Amino acid sequence: MSKPKLVMVGNGMAGVRTLEELFKIAPEMYDVTVFGAEPHPNYNRILLSPVLAGEMKVQDIILNDHDWYRENHVNLHLGKKVAKIDRVKRQVIAEDGTVESYDRLLLATGSNPFMLPVPGNHLPGVIGYRDIADTDAMIDAAKRHKHAVVIGGGLLGLEAANGLKLRGMDVTVVHLGPWLLERQLDEVAGKMLQKSLEDRGLNFLLEKQTEALIEGESGRVAAVRFKDGMQIPAELVVMAAGIRPNTALAESSGIYCNRGIVVNDTLQTYDPKIYAVGECVAHRGIAYGLVAPLFEQAKVCANHLANYGIGRYTGSVTSTKLKVTGIDLFSAGDYMGGAGTEEIVLNDPAGGVYKKLVIKENKLVGGVLYGDTADGPWYFQLLKDGKDIHEIRDHLLFGQSTVGDVGHQGQNKAAAMSDEAEVCGCNGVKKGTIVRAIKEKGLFTLDDVKKHTKAASSCGSCAGLCEQILASTLGGAYQATASDKKPMCGCTEHSHEDVRRAIRERELTSIKAVTEFMEWTTPDGCEKCRPALNYYLISTWPHLAADDPQSRFINERAHANIQKDGTYSVVPQILGGVTSVEQLRKIADVAEKYHVPTIKVTGGQRIDLLGVKKDDLPKMWADLGMPSGHAYGKSIRTVKTCVGAEHCRFGTQRSMDMGIKLEKMLFGMWSPHKVKLAVSGCPRNCAESGIKDVGVIGVDSGYEIYVAGNGGIKTEVAQFLVKVESDEAVMEYTGAFLQLYREEGWYLERTCHYVHRVGLEHVKSKVVEDAENRKALYARLLDSLKGVKDPWAERVEGELKREFEMLAVQPA
Amino acid sequence: MSDWKKICTLADIPRLGARVVQNAGGDIAVFRTAADEVFALHDKCPHKGGPLSQGIVHGKRVTCPLHGMNIALDSGDAVAPDVGHCDKFAVKVDGGDVYLKI
Ligand code: SRM
Ligand SMILES: Cc1cc2nc3c(=O)[nH]c(=O)nc-3n(C[C@H](O)[C@H](O)[C@H](O)COP(=O)(O)OP(=O)(O)OC[C@H]3O[C@@H](n4cnc5c(N)ncnc54)[C@H](O)[C@@H]3O)c2cc1C
Ligand code: SF4
Ligand code: FES
Repeated sequence: MSKPKLVMVGNGMAGVRTLEELFKIAPEMYDVTVFGAEPHPNYNRILLSPVLAGEMKVQDIILNDHDWYRENHVNLHLGKKVAKIDRVKRQVIAEDGTVESYDRLLLATGSNPFMLPVPGNHLPGVIGYRDIADTDAMIDAAKRHKHAVVIGGGLLGLEAANGLKLRGMDVTVVHLGPWLLERQLDEVAGKMLQKSLEDRGLNFLLEKQTEALIEGESGRVAAVRFKDGMQIPAELVVMAAGIRPNTALAESSGIYCNRGIVVNDTLQTYDPKIYAVGECVAHRGIAYGLVAPLFEQAKVCANHLANYGIGRYTGSVTSTKLKVTGIDLFSAGDYMGGAGTEEIVLNDPAGGVYKKLVIKENKLVGGVLYGDTADGPWYFQLLKDGKDIHEIRDHLLFGQSTVGDVGHQGQNKAAAMSDEAEVCGCNGVKKGTIVRAIKEKGLFTLDDVKKHTKAASSCGSCAGLCEQILASTLGGAYQATASDKKPMCGCTEHSHEDVRRAIRERELTSIKAVTEFMEWTTPDGCEKCRPALNYYLISTWPHLAADDPQSRFINERAHANIQKDGTYSVVPQILGGVTSVEQLRKIADVAEKYHVPTIKVTGGQRIDLLGVKKDDLPKMWADLGMPSGHAYGKSIRTVKTCVGAEHCRFGTQRSMDMGIKLEKMLFGMWSPHKVKLAVSGCPRNCAESGIKDVGVIGVDSGYEIYVAGNGGIKTEVAQFLVKVESDEAVMEYTGAFLQLYREEGWYLERTCHYVHRVGLEHVKSKVVEDAENRKALYARLLDSLKGVKDPWAERVEGELKREFEMLAVQPA
Repeated sequence: MSDWKKICTLADIPRLGARVVQNAGGDIAVFRTAADEVFALHDKCPHKGGPLSQGIVHGKRVTCPLHGMNIALDSGDAVAPDVGHCDKFAVKVDGGDVYLKI
């Protein structure tokens, strides 16, 4: 049976991205044919500006080379412009007569520069700025001529003017508006920008209306005349006064257009066989002119072309950045403000810095940054997440570093880092390597960067920094996604939040049920989603959903930590860090018997036997006869204690006792990420309760409970939750808080990140203020822990032992 | 000379899991996919020697437990953009028994 035919018209960024997305999820579905009017394979149009400025070459900006088309069996017609669509016969006809028929058609024809309707606009030397041919024409003109006039002081116009200036021309930018970039900047920032461009030798004529382009003796354009009679020389005129969606082909075929080809939320035109994406499209009345929203469209469109029928495009918030090297400018959202909004402004003209944040109902809705844009991506993320900024408002304007939200080393100025600076400490990846990969391999997302460079793929603390590098390298092409919409992994469109909800509401109880119901694109998930799904299932449906060992990372499957050489470690349970002669003797005997190479006291107050062969594990556990210390899981880890009122002269509460009670209660608890507790006997806090998921501090009148601290990648001080009087109350509040985290946390989200996301107020409202809810949470925790068995004892005998046995070749 | 040698029954290998065969020339990991296909690779990741047998199996791939590189079970090649190759061995299932050619 032959495959259905998909024809794409327009071989540009949005269209090819759609094909890439389609090949990812349904590689064999269509016979694909592509028509491109330009003679080049798909390239990164955005980078035409660095090409014009002499910072890059055309071959550096190719995104999909000819091999890519070949490998994906795309029938490619380059340099052929489609002239007609016959919707009855379902055929497209190119100018040169090539005919291809389609079952589905994808229009991705981009847009055209708007040529001002003034006399002389057809003269040689008058061009738009859109493609490689235009760029070549400008480079060529700069070699032969002196005077350039750029009409339009928007992003494109300024980038063109900057490039032409760098190539040695005298450049004047003519702009109708009262200040530059009036669609991206407010007046103050616009004027600052103009000043620094003037310092680089550009000339500006603002509030000028062009009347005519004057022909010279050679027949080429020679001057520009304005309405007020002024005339200036120009042998090159670049029209950058806006773009118009390229709808000519669609319109001539009777497809409904209204300032763009009109599409619905699935990117379908009025003809159901025909889809459209990119700048040629009008979605809910908006035609976008930046790639980030177009890529979102591409993803949704691919999904529908693949017949998955899920995902809707509902519009985008955009941010922009000017790509003129040395000038930092960023704007996003509603930067003008107005009724119902408040503004926080920093204006330092002498220092060349201007920042304005627009806030509405405690949320960031827009902003302009000039001179120091390092925090742009962070603001953009806050904006997209719709995060309540009430608590950080005092510090907001001073950036991410002042709210303690940075990676290791406190680095947060990606743009200011040298190429030699190390970004990823785990994998030794330098900034220059990341920037090069982004440019050369055409990377657009953090995920791409992780895969190609390994940066941010281990501990992840540099993820924010990598996003900043992406943002500063890509400019407006960078798109932060709202965190709660980020897909779990490459197997699905659904976010952690969606998946948790579906499991709960649809009563899904197995991984298969989830991946089928939610239409996973892979047969059995991947190493990222399966452990998460397994956790969501067993935490939502305890005693009902079966645990799937094959969906657990090896540490949790083997109940021991894998080491770099493939050996394992054994950490027996030592409740509260309080041990005994018997325990120590058992540990010593076992260590001796199995020749354990290293014995170490851990940072969590336990004893670690390191370097054990896997097949020795069950034997050692049997000999030890001690329960597992859970040092390996996304689970309860340790409850650290100090000596407390049992011995200490300052102790106010019996912290060892309290810690042991808590650790016993939580034995066998799985959680989104690991959970560590500490109990200190007094505010001197020798058990470091201030940096634990739950930290308990004894005071004379009872206990203070702190939550969501972290001592790891991102050191974070725990926040005060409540003060209680009895041991029972400590257990109830702790249990309720942890159960809330277990029910609402996303996989691999520590309590500090979880509380950061939902807010401490939310936690208090569920755990402190609502006694009934607290008791219900606590009861659910205890219920799910009912009947847990010691994993080591279970593996010493029975079927689970198989995991640890090696196979031998059997005699024939 | 290499020969078909019986190592275990298909049921001895968990679906989406692996078992390790001791072998003089280095351990061999024998994987079983959800569709009951069986593959065998040298149990040594091309990155830093991680034991692939201990990784999570998905589709026709295994993810190395140490640093997360994905290896295609049918070819032994690292999945792009990673590069690397892991030696593979012939395996077959016959009458519910698994045979390895070593
Ligand atoms: C054994 C121990 C180091 C030691 O010798 O002291 C240790 C060893 C490991 N830690 Fe740790 N951590 C150990 C205490 C800590 C502590 C201190 C503490 O618990 O009081 C911290 C900071 C406190 C915290 O978690 O907030 C700590 C923060 C981390 C982190 C960062 C977690 C974070 O969310 O920021 C990781 C990475 C991760 O979990 O993703 C990590 C991961 C690891 C792993 C499991 C790395 C891995 O995935 O293989 C290490 C296993 C080594 C091995 O070969 O077995 N380890 N680790 C400590 C075991 C404690 C115990 O008895 O259970
Ligand atoms: C100089 C410059 C700098 C830019 N900088 C940025 C930036 O920093 N950030 C950002 O987000 N965006 C930037 N953009 C905008 C970005 O490049 C566009 O949003 C994006 O390329 C649009 O993608 P598209 O696929 O819709 O259109 P295009 O990439 O223009 O692709 C459309 C293709 O269709 C072809 N075509 C049209 N009609 C036909 C036909 N009938 N038959 C066959 N082929 C046809 C065209 O020749 C063209 O190749 C910049 C654009 C330019 C020109
Ligand atoms: S034990 Fe912890 S800190 Fe030490 S190397 Fe391993 S992960 Fe890093
Ligand atoms: S050893 Fe396998 S990924 Fe590093």
